Amino acid sequence: MASIFQGVGATTALSSSTSIDTKKFQLSSRRFFSVRRASFVVVRSGGDKRDSGSNRIGGRADQLVTNAVATKADTPAASTASKPGHELLLFEALREGLEEEMERDAHVCVIGEDVGHYGGSYKVTKGLADKYGDLRVLDTPIAENSFTGMGIGAAMCGLRPIIEGMNMGFLLLAFNQISNNCGMLHYTSGGQFKIPVVIRGPGGVGRQLGAEHSQRLESYFQSIPGIQMVACSTPYNAKGLMKAAIRSDNPVILFEHVLLYNLKERIPDEEYVLNLEEAEMVRPGEHVTILTYSRMRYHVMQAAKTLVNKGYDPEVIDIRSLKPFDLYTIGNSIKKTHRVLIVEECMRTGGIGASLTAAITENFHDYLDAPIVCLSSQDVPTPYAGTLEEWTVVQPPQIVAAVEQLCR
Amino acid sequence: MAFAGAKIIQPSLPLIHTTTRSPDNTLLSDPSFLSSPFLGSTRTLRLTQSISPAQRRSASPVVAVSDVFKEKKLKSNTNLLLTKEEGLQVYEDMILGRAFEDMCAQMYYRGKMFGFVHLYNGQEAVSSGFIKLLKKEDSVVSTYRDHVHALSKGVPARAVMSELFGKKTGCCRGQGGSMHMFSAEHNVLGGFAFIGEGIPVATGAAFASKYRREVLKEADCDHVTLAFFGDGTCNNGQFFECLNMAALWKLPIIFVVENNLWAIGMSHLRSTSDPEIWKKGPAFGMPGVHVDGMDVLKVREVAKEAIGRARRGEGPTLVECETYRFRGHSLADPDELRDPAEKARYAARDPITALKKYLIESKLANEAELKAIEKKIDEVVEDAVEFADESPAPSRSQLLENVFADPRGFGIGPDGSYRCEDPKFTQGTAQV
Repeated sequence: MASIFQGVGATTALSSSTSIDTKKFQLSSRRFFSVRRASFVVVRSGGDKRDSGSNRIGGRADQLVTNAVATKADTPAASTASKPGHELLLFEALREGLEEEMERDAHVCVIGEDVGHYGGSYKVTKGLADKYGDLRVLDTPIAENSFTGMGIGAAMCGLRPIIEGMNMGFLLLAFNQISNNCGMLHYTSGGQFKIPVVIRGPGGVGRQLGAEHSQRLESYFQSIPGIQMVACSTPYNAKGLMKAAIRSDNPVILFEHVLLYNLKERIPDEEYVLNLEEAEMVRPGEHVTILTYSRMRYHVMQAAKTLVNKGYDPEVIDIRSLKPFDLYTIGNSIKKTHRVLIVEECMRTGGIGASLTAAITENFHDYLDAPIVCLSSQDVPTPYAGTLEEWTVVQPPQIVAAVEQLCR
Repeated sequence: MAFAGAKIIQPSLPLIHTTTRSPDNTLLSDPSFLSSPFLGSTRTLRLTQSISPAQRRSASPVVAVSDVFKEKKLKSNTNLLLTKEEGLQVYEDMILGRAFEDMCAQMYYRGKMFGFVHLYNGQEAVSSGFIKLLKKEDSVVSTYRDHVHALSKGVPARAVMSELFGKKTGCCRGQGGSMHMFSAEHNVLGGFAFIGEGIPVATGAAFASKYRREVLKEADCDHVTLAFFGDGTCNNGQFFECLNMAALWKLPIIFVVENNLWAIGMSHLRSTSDPEIWKKGPAFGMPGVHVDGMDVLKVREVAKEAIGRARRGEGPTLVECETYRFRGHSLADPDELRDPAEKARYAARDPITALKKYLIESKLANEAELKAIEKKIDEVVEDAVEFADESPAPSRSQLLENVFADPRGFGIGPDGSYRCEDPKFTQGTAQV
């Protein structure tokens, strides 16, 4: 039932930005973006406990509707009421988002190694070359720096390329293009040229892939000015963020995690687009705010089960937007729980957690009852051996222990 | 095609083939150059190379300048390589480039502009010879030595000078500077300050042109892209990667090498195993052309051919223009390394003087007309300086304006609003 209601609410919000009659409705449309995942992953159906009451939010939802979401106007809102959605894997959700955008806008194209005939190393672009042709799904030679630069040049001339790193780590070879041209060129050109590219690919620590294929790159990219970063974690948000990233005029790096590609979930049949800048409430709670993203979300949820059994009520937020942070959602949670635990797969030194810690300290220090605890992966090249690799990234028992420590 | 193969095996240096107006001054007729061990070793390598008939057939034509010229001569007895209007236009553009850069040096030493300023003096034949043949929709991608490319492409001198002064009226609102000249209006896709990074961007622009024609079905889209870069860049991977991709997809791009023989203090001969850059074109399946970059008429002929090829969808061309910069690498370079004799030799082949001589000797223009152009350009440059000087500096509010095309990328603040909605944001004083 919940999903049906949300489906209607969503479509209403998406297809009309002016006719929403009450403030209340706007709030529910906003909640759609941030809380709706709760009905899929978390048993708890509530979410209404959240104290979100300012008009600003409505304003933001409005802006989102007009700017970031461009659903076909002729979609009749009523027809969505009875559709149950469909089940797919995360990589299929990404593909679906990509395909919808390619269908909607002929300027959208894919550039990368083996994205075309091979269908992508993780099959995110499977079948798209057959459907849209070799130019729109361009198989490139193995030349990361150059094909990334090519995507940027094409974007300057009006296309909207999605640049796939066959493995996210390979994009280190394109770092100059990503940093100097993708990130800075809009600024150095005095705003004359836009670079609406999406840079995406499989990253994160996989299963014994060795150091170079198990990169945690968020920290490398986060200080490049002019680049937005999002990390997807469920099929639902993967599709919504992919579509939002393609529609954004900013260069966006979309982080996908190799171990999450086969997650299965039922997602709505109706078109939806998520807000790039918004965090996602995974599990509302009272005792401690756990901020996480990407694969660590699942380690956190595993730990949360144990914690609930032990009598704790943690609030879990998937921050999703790695740059910039949704300090509103994060701040509201901190104001409620007064305790923060950050769980990330990123490096400890100069990582996302470090930046998040700084941002929270700057903005919400007065609300904190305890120092922020940040669980990051170790500052080591990801080892090959399974046991060593496991010890490199944060494991659920560590999360349980940290929460117990924090809430003591 | 056999001819092409022969060219590759036995490229008795192409400049010698060319109909040089003053052969005594060419670099390659300099005996010291010919006896250089670098060229010697490459020749040995070449002899050991065996080219099968199949390879020979698949090799793309190497168009040497001489061939282009021979054809032209057959066609016209007048031997005039351009009309009066074209001649005056090119002359004016070269004078503008020279006068503008000389003024830049003055302004730099007067403390009006800062940072690294790379001047184009001596290489004008390349910029004017190529860019003046373009349409407005065609794109130009340049390097850190980009002022003159922007001027040739039509960016007003005022906007370029103002940018150098760091003023709000500059072509990038003072946010780019000497090495980052952009103009969306004139399709100047930028000066790129790092070596080689502009070539992929240019390749992308050419890809977009092909995409427009073939995917978006804009049948009239025949836009070409010129990528300018120097001899030093030709040892960088991005150069090779992009030659490959451009030839692979037959992109409408021309790779224009401005070989001024020096990468700051690194001699081309000391850094490059085979110093004949044009030969790398055929290696990737595209024509490679070598042209005297101190002769705007020859550059123009080659450019016409290459641009025409690209426009017709016949693919990319690599053009090596052998030229020379009359000043140091940048205004911060003491330029102590280059041999004064070498400098003098090239100074004597000043491309502007050569064009002037040609225009007058072939009665395309008289002294007075050229004087009038020089005077006009002096005024343009003076006006540019005045304009830049009087223009306002960027206001504080500009600081945060162009970081993100969609300013929501600055994020959601602790109060729930987008940070870009913060009143302080528009004043440029917000914490972001």
